[in-house]
Amino acid sequence: MKLSLVRDLLDAVVLSGESHLDEEVQSGFGCDLMSDVLCFAREDAILLTGLVNKQVLNTADMANMNSIIFVRDKMPSQEMIEMAKERNLLVMSTKYILFECCGILYKNGLKGAHLR
Amino acid sequence: MSYELVFDVERGDFDTAGEASRKIKRTLQQLGISNKVIRKVSIAGYEGEMNLAIHSAGGKIILEVGEEELVLTIEDTGPGIANIDLAMTAGWSTAGDEVRQMGFGAGMGLPNMKNNADNFQISSKIGEGTKIVMKFLV
Repeated sequence: MKLSLVRDLLDAVVLSGESHLDEEVQSGFGCDLMSDVLCFAREDAILLTGLVNKQVLNTADMANMNSIIFVRDKMPSQEMIEMAKERNLLVMSTKYILFECCGILYKNGLKGAHLR
Repeated sequence: MSYELVFDVERGDFDTAGEASRKIKRTLQQLGISNKVIRKVSIAGYEGEMNLAIHSAGGKIILEVGEEELVLTIEDTGPGIANIDLAMTAGWSTAGDEVRQMGFGAGMGLPNMKNNADNFQISSKIGEGTKIVMKFLV
């Protein structure tokens, strides 16, 4: 699935990393616990989370995940957006709750990004 | 040819926590190390860096780059771990609410570091500190 389709399906606002929108993504990982993202998420997956702080960007960066969607209408600070731009991370925000995001994307063919 | 990079990590500084791991990742990318190895080192280093910020009195991360392996050492000046077997158990943590609200403190850090490293050694003494040495084959 193209990341631009993810944006359209979730009616999401793109905050940084627009150049990634043409890229394909195969899987997603929805979680507010960054410890578990670091343990269980495959790389090159979309990270969907309602947690908004700098450590979310660090977690995605260290796990080689280049796209993050903040759910439940959560908006990162300007400082976080600048940090995401500097790291070339695609960051979006959507009004849907995590459960709805996962359901919509799964129904449209995106798989779970479980590592083990 | 080998060299070493050293990064200091302060206790409780969650604003800059992650910077050392980011610099380590960029360094390894510049050296042309494979993405697979970089991801393992980055995740283990970041878990270690967060542990230093969350649990330690402060410490450092040392990256040694060799021809056949990368060695990542995480060491601090206290307080030390009373029961290492317990600390290595997935899900066991002494982290407080502030840390958990940041998405950490789930008790997965040490086991995840061990899972990512090709060789993992940990030693600790109460009142003196903890030292973790992880080796990654290049």
